[in-house]
Amino acid sequence: MSALHFDSVAVDLAGNEVLRGVDLELGEGEVMVLAGRNGVGKTTLLRIATRMLTPDAGEVRVHGQSLADHGRRELARIMALVPQETSVPFPFSVAEVVLMGRAPHLGLLGFESKRDLDVAQRAMERLGIEHLANRSILEVSGGERQLAMVARALAQEAQILLLDEPTAHLDVSRRLEVLLLVRELAREGRSALVVSHDLGLAARECDRVALLAEGRILAAGPPAETLEPDLLRRAFGVEAEILRASDGTAVVVPRRPPGTGP
Amino acid sequence: MRVLTRRRMTAVLLGLGALLALAVALGLLVGPSALSAGEVWSALFGEADGAAADIVLRVRLPRVVLAALVGASLAVAGTLFQALLRNPLADPYILGVSGGAALGGISVLALGGAVGLGYSAVPPAAFAGAIVTILLLFAVSGGAGRLSPTTLLLTGVVFNAFASASIVFLASVAGLVEGAGIFLWLIGNLSDARFEMAGWVAAFLALGLVCALPLARGLNLLALGEEPAAQLGIDVEWVKRILLAATSLMVGAAVSVSGLIGFVGLIIPHLLRLVFGPDHRLLLPAAALGGAAFLVLCDTVARTLLDGRELPVGAITAVAGGPLFLILLRRHHARALAR
Repeated sequence: MSALHFDSVAVDLAGNEVLRGVDLELGEGEVMVLAGRNGVGKTTLLRIATRMLTPDAGEVRVHGQSLADHGRRELARIMALVPQETSVPFPFSVAEVVLMGRAPHLGLLGFESKRDLDVAQRAMERLGIEHLANRSILEVSGGERQLAMVARALAQEAQILLLDEPTAHLDVSRRLEVLLLVRELAREGRSALVVSHDLGLAARECDRVALLAEGRILAAGPPAETLEPDLLRRAFGVEAEILRASDGTAVVVPRRPPGTGP
Repeated sequence: MRVLTRRRMTAVLLGLGALLALAVALGLLVGPSALSAGEVWSALFGEADGAAADIVLRVRLPRVVLAALVGASLAVAGTLFQALLRNPLADPYILGVSGGAALGGISVLALGGAVGLGYSAVPPAAFAGAIVTILLLFAVSGGAGRLSPTTLLLTGVVFNAFASASIVFLASVAGLVEGAGIFLWLIGNLSDARFEMAGWVAAFLALGLVCALPLARGLNLLALGEEPAAQLGIDVEWVKRILLAATSLMVGAAVSVSGLIGFVGLIIPHLLRLVFGPDHRLLLPAAALGGAAFLVLCDTVARTLLDGRELPVGAITAVAGGPLFLILLRRHHARALAR
């Protein structure tokens, strides 16, 4: 049984057919990278998975059960999303932001328990931001804020992680750390759907790459099969050359259109 | 890891409670007629009657109580607006919600007589005015999540100008200008304080707190954005609806007894957040106590600053709040530019 299953999902946004029948299955313990052009509907797909948006056709199933059968809080215990950008208007500390991930596990009133604090502490340690715990989220860098958001999702203890460009603001070493962490979480049995434009590192650390184009999944398979010139041309509209690093990691190099460049 | 604990919350609220008690004591002790602490004490708790008891029980006490309730209502309303609109510059006065409430109230005073509405219709009309203004704000902005600070401020400024002009217009038509009562509505004051008024304000403040306190952690999550809050299990639309209604009730009640007292809802949450952090579980009750103490102190200053004459308390809060607002606005822009 798959962790997350998009079954012929279609949606119109303001008269635009954004998704026209997406079929995609995220297996349990699988890391999948979702790639595609800007505005192709990757974030829209994640919003549908978290019920922020209702598809016009098709269905989403979580562990075999329809999304609609889950309550809001119940779903928050199963699925955690790290959004692309977060702006926080008030000076919450990094620790307070990470603790917010415990919300679906807490009652209406009262304070976080010792266990909640432990979970948040461990989440910060796994992201290497425990030294920022008491700093204001308004004062840390964009990358550190992003790490705090990933830690917050981790503190949610959800089986399914949806990450919308989690490495966009990170330097190359932090990027690797986060991707290796996602890998490790998958080994612990969690599943991750990662929207990313990083076709090198992200692709190396995932099980499958799914390419979204023109409202459908163009291809979904191991990186070696999906990162190839013909599919990349159809997904992104560029001629690309695939180079191999010494460890076999694919490096996608788009070619210049004829007549441009120095 | 520094996070909110029950112990810290109790300590902070006890401290602010003590501050409020001090402010109330000062408000009862100070005034144009010199009364000793002993006279005030026996007027409150003893069998004393006569002039001193009259001054304490009929003049100072209702005024201090009303100042505390109005201050608490405005500060809690400001805290809620800032959380719901995810905008630290929001405040019932700046947003024009107080102006809308005042316009509603004055409409009844000016025109209500013709259709048989008396003074008791003022609070409901003020509440209606507040609600209409909030709906208008949302209509202009297209939703709370998308309210940019600039749109928010502009809408508030324009609406305040409109409300003030309409108040003066209505008052002129109805011949209310002579009594200077209109002037006092526009600037906000507590000189007309009576115990009956305090009941209204207390009821709506209690209702507002009963609605808001259980949702305080949800308001914290809202700081991440409406969708992230919803993805953490919060019914955002429901929270917004309940709390905007509660806020309108609080602002409507406060304005209907005191007119347009500005900036309390801006100053108090900011000061408290600076000292105690932004967690709404602490911030909301702290705003109630802090706002109460602040307005009692401001009103005491308003009563005693000029010998024998009173200043409207709204002038005092505006003198304190205007510059603070500009500083905050500047810091807000500096931060936006730094990103």
